[in-house]
Amino acid sequence: MKEDKVIITVSGEDKVGIVAKVAQKLALNKVNIEDIKQTIMQDNFVMIMLCDIKNLTVSFKEFKEDIKKLEQELSMEIWVQKKEIFDRMHTI
Amino acid sequence: MLESFNKQQIIETIEMIKIHHLDIRTTTLSLSLRDCCSCDTKKTATKIYDKITKTAKNFVQLANEIENEYSIPIVNKRIALTPISLVVESCNDPDYVYIASIIDKAANEIGVDFIGGYSALVDKGFTKGDLAFFDSIPEALSTTKKLCSSVNLGTSKTGVNMDAVLKTASIIKKTALLTKEQDSIGAAKFVCFCNAVTDNPFMAGAFCGINEAECTLNIGVSGPGVVASAIQNLSKTADFGEVSNLIKKMAFKITTTGELIGRRLAGKMNIPFGIIDLSLAPTPLQGDSVAEIFKAMGLEQAGAPGTTMALAMLNDAVKKGGIMASSYVGGLSGAFIPVSEDAGMIEAAKLGSLTIDKLEAMTSVCSVGLDMIAIPGDTPDSTIAGIIADEMAIGMINKKTTAVRIIPVIGKKVGESAEFGGLLGSAPIMKVNSFSNEIFVNRGGRIPAPLHSLNN
Repeated sequence: MKEDKVIITVSGEDKVGIVAKVAQKLALNKVNIEDIKQTIMQDNFVMIMLCDIKNLTVSFKEFKEDIKKLEQELSMEIWVQKKEIFDRMHTI
Repeated sequence: MLESFNKQQIIETIEMIKIHHLDIRTTTLSLSLRDCCSCDTKKTATKIYDKITKTAKNFVQLANEIENEYSIPIVNKRIALTPISLVVESCNDPDYVYIASIIDKAANEIGVDFIGGYSALVDKGFTKGDLAFFDSIPEALSTTKKLCSSVNLGTSKTGVNMDAVLKTASIIKKTALLTKEQDSIGAAKFVCFCNAVTDNPFMAGAFCGINEAECTLNIGVSGPGVVASAIQNLSKTADFGEVSNLIKKMAFKITTTGELIGRRLAGKMNIPFGIIDLSLAPTPLQGDSVAEIFKAMGLEQAGAPGTTMALAMLNDAVKKGGIMASSYVGGLSGAFIPVSEDAGMIEAAKLGSLTIDKLEAMTSVCSVGLDMIAIPGDTPDSTIAGIIADEMAIGMINKKTTAVRIIPVIGKKVGESAEFGGLLGSAPIMKVNSFSNEIFVNRGGRIPAPLHSLNN
């Protein structure tokens, strides 16, 4: 289902363990990572993940609150958005 | 469906939201109150209160959920009601101000930001009920917080009710007086129209027209910052074809996002999606400004010669790009130029680049009219009526919606500023033409319906 796909965007200063910590958090919530792309933009680490949340064990709101904690722990900015918004905006 | 994603597109979307303030300005629940009429004010009030609180019970919560899922701010949640003048007219003991207080109470109960529809449609004349309703507007607006009021004074088909224009000027002045402790903010919650639309999601003029369905969800988007930044990145020698094309692309992206959010929210609420208003609505935030678009196009300040053309092109391109993104476009659809709600417009007005006369010219090519303009508190009713009449003339002849939301700030003069706070912003008091029009506006009667051929 289209609505089960989310895009998670992590950005900030590069450091050891970002991918590991984010992946661990997602695994704990039963979120499946389907694709990962990384890049450096203006000296910032940027990681974009396509994930499937159909087996999410908590509500979407609780999941985002959990990610918010990780955001503070890592001092990175993390966006979680349903993929549909990107599909709509960039496809005619 | 493509299971992958494009990195650049994702970063672009996040930048649009985070840096350029792309947001859903308003989700407006349009709600019919036609079944709330009765012979008794108390009974009608109870019916209205129950209907609003029942239908919109989860509105704010569901909107917040959608906001969270897509990480795009929904700035305002609003409700638009059937014009109250129509709903209460059948009461034997009409107490409009009491009804206003009940509507405000319902709005507080469900947690919406504004509730509109304290309205009357008097473009061709007044009923007895309309007259009593008009008199109630100043008190209703000064004793409530979230209630918004609007009146339709003319149409291209019927002409303009000049008795209503003069009455409206006096209502604006009275409302300003009753709220003088807060820089006359009451007048900021009132707007008068020519050719009012029935599905407008924006305040103060949102109401649920008598031709509208029981309950629908209308959307208004915002994204002047997105358009301004795209044009800033364009070469200074790019021609207007290129500029227009770029605006169309950005308008498509903005509108399609609004349509998605609207449809998802309507789905959650189990009501039909109404329309999306193709709008570039600014906020007082730096960068979220229509005036910034003029600067990006190459004008030193909003108001400089060329501004009307810049706005005409902007407005047209927004419509062309937006119309591709949604099947149901409606409302006011176009760029908004509210002075107090746009940091760039405020700056231009303070510097003297933007005057009321220039704003009036600009309203002939955009949506909607003289909006959020503060004028000296001692401006006579007749002058305000003249300003309204001029704006109604532009709408009537050009077959478009025009509006006036003007605030005579009691106790303040040109050079001072009024502070409204929040989305309403702050406004420098602007100079008005002080030559008399007393005899003209007191003639009364109706401006005859205009001829729509032999155009020149």
